[in-house]
Amino acid sequence: MSTTTVTAPRARLASYSRTFLDRHSSMMPTFAALLIFIALLIGAEMHFGNFLTPLNMSALLLNYAYLLILAVGMTFVIITGGIDLSVGSVMAFTGISCAKLLGEGYSAAVVIPAILLGGAAIGLLIGVLVQYFDVQPFIASLAGLFLARGLAFVVSLSSIRVENESVLWLQTTRWRFGEWYITPTGILALSVAAIGAFVLAFTRFGRTVYAVGGNEQSARLMGLNVARTKVLVYVISGVCGGLAGLVLTAYSGAGYPRNGIGTELDVIAAVVIGGTLLTGGTGYVLGSVIGVLVFATINTIIAYEGAEQAWTRIIIGLMLLMFIVVQRVIVVRSERRR
Amino acid sequence: MTRLMKHRLFWPVFSLLALIVINTIARPQFIKITMRDGEFYGALIDILRNCAPLMLVALGMTLVIATRGIDLSVGAVMAVSGAVTLTIIDGSSSPGSTSTVLVAILAGIGVSLVLGLWNGFLVAVLDIQPIIATLVLMLAGRGVALLITDGFITTVNSEPLNFVATGYLFALPFALFIWLAAAAAIAIVERRTALGVLTEAVGINPEASRLAGVRSRGIILGAYVASGTLAGIAGIIYSSNIRAADANAAGDLIELYAILAVVLGGTSLMGGKFTIAGTVIGVLIIQTLDSTILFLGVSSAQSPVFFAIVVVIVVLIQSPRVHQWGRALTGGFRTRPGTEVRNDAEVTA
Repeated sequence: MSTTTVTAPRARLASYSRTFLDRHSSMMPTFAALLIFIALLIGAEMHFGNFLTPLNMSALLLNYAYLLILAVGMTFVIITGGIDLSVGSVMAFTGISCAKLLGEGYSAAVVIPAILLGGAAIGLLIGVLVQYFDVQPFIASLAGLFLARGLAFVVSLSSIRVENESVLWLQTTRWRFGEWYITPTGILALSVAAIGAFVLAFTRFGRTVYAVGGNEQSARLMGLNVARTKVLVYVISGVCGGLAGLVLTAYSGAGYPRNGIGTELDVIAAVVIGGTLLTGGTGYVLGSVIGVLVFATINTIIAYEGAEQAWTRIIIGLMLLMFIVVQRVIVVRSERRR
Repeated sequence: MTRLMKHRLFWPVFSLLALIVINTIARPQFIKITMRDGEFYGALIDILRNCAPLMLVALGMTLVIATRGIDLSVGAVMAVSGAVTLTIIDGSSSPGSTSTVLVAILAGIGVSLVLGLWNGFLVAVLDIQPIIATLVLMLAGRGVALLITDGFITTVNSEPLNFVATGYLFALPFALFIWLAAAAAIAIVERRTALGVLTEAVGINPEASRLAGVRSRGIILGAYVASGTLAGIAGIIYSSNIRAADANAAGDLIELYAILAVVLGGTSLMGGKFTIAGTVIGVLIIQTLDSTILFLGVSSAQSPVFFAIVVVIVVLIQSPRVHQWGRALTGGFRTRPGTEVRNDAEVTA
């Protein structure tokens, strides 16, 4: 008698947690990333003693605002089952164009829309190649990578300093809350993430993105506009690339055509660490935000430790490996259940 | 003539010849090969020599792509093998002796073989998407190479090592023989045994080939091992050419150029049918294009624009929609509708 009263609630709890896990299994990697992020912060604080300062945490967002913006765009693309290798180059191209145009005396009100359009145009090219010419996203965005990188060097072979007040304002202004501070670039990055999360979760377009990634054929048969959605995600990623170019130019005070070589890999790694499946269909913008934070924290810790920068790549690589294995296990288990 | 045009290698060979003709018209000395001290020199010889690293990487990539995979880690593997080889030579007491260099080269190739095995393990055994499985090593590999060289660019001056990239054998560059041997070995193993057919079966439909009794796991694993090993040799040639191990610059973007070469040669990224000869021609096209761009006085930094245009043109030519347009255009002239439906399954010899 007494045993049943004890085991019943426990069994109920177990079944609750099992249903919770079943229903939200796609969120598990994101939870895992969040746990790792917290563990990293606590570990670093215990190791260094002066890591979790408001100044440090504010700098995290400041230094990686461009990565956050790129990751939001990449999340859209990866959820549809695609990939966008061009983001780093697009960022370099729009960044150097921004510096060049500002240097020639155009006002920021003209330049900023122009570079966003430039990013969107490269995204559109990739999207059209993918959707209408059946080119694999990998190859189409590879063409975008080459194109944008080459164009960046066509604009200028060397770096160009920015002296425009309004663009530098994005970076130099610090709104302080006690010890914490935030720059307009940080606000920009956070708003991009918020808008991205909202669009993906609550709009018809966002649901279509998931549907296309889950099963393109079914999405088409359901009457969803697959073609428009698939083109649009690359345009979004391109616009994010343009925005990241602006933010990076403001951050470094100059445009440089060699910026962002290999950034596409960092972005993909951050998105995957954040729990977005590369096969498409599942993922969250919020997860990508956490992925970027994990990436940024690891970089900061290594800089703090004064260790070889080489370790960053190794650790990010190992973490990527861990996450894909975890994801693989989740996918295999859900397939077995079916 | 039409039969010739239908051949899968027609367009790649045509592009290569067109490039050579254009170059020769623009600068007649392009085609000229001179003999000096019993060794051949000239722009064409340079192309045959300088393409060696890309050629080896692209040959491995062809096998991986044939299994419906992709290997992004080749550049990183090149960096690692170069770092291992040069660090061993640098640390030895007699950097000039042939035996030291041989041991170092074997160590470099051995390490890259293991890295290839690792990629293959992730893809074939753990069943992880190839892009992401090889991305792990692409990210971590350069870090490992940087650790091996302590973050410095290790330079060595060793006669036997220099010979690998710049030496001559029978009046021709030694590097040419390396890639010729690799291409011949792969062609013989894949085409004179059943391995090639099995590889294509795995690429076309992994599940069906497994049910038909093909050991797809071993074949996929083998493809990645081959790709890693060839990338390792490419890394050694690269290091030998610049006489240094540069963990950051070695094989930078080579995975993209290699994939481009494979696609240019006519192997589809969807896996299945592959052509070794096509890849060889694809690499030669890229190398010739590179030399052309250099000749045009375009800064090498800006050359990606040209490659972007080439990629777009090539993928458009391969695209089903453009084929449709082409058929719609020519359909007006044709009277027999039966000719329009062609069977794409050619016999691959």
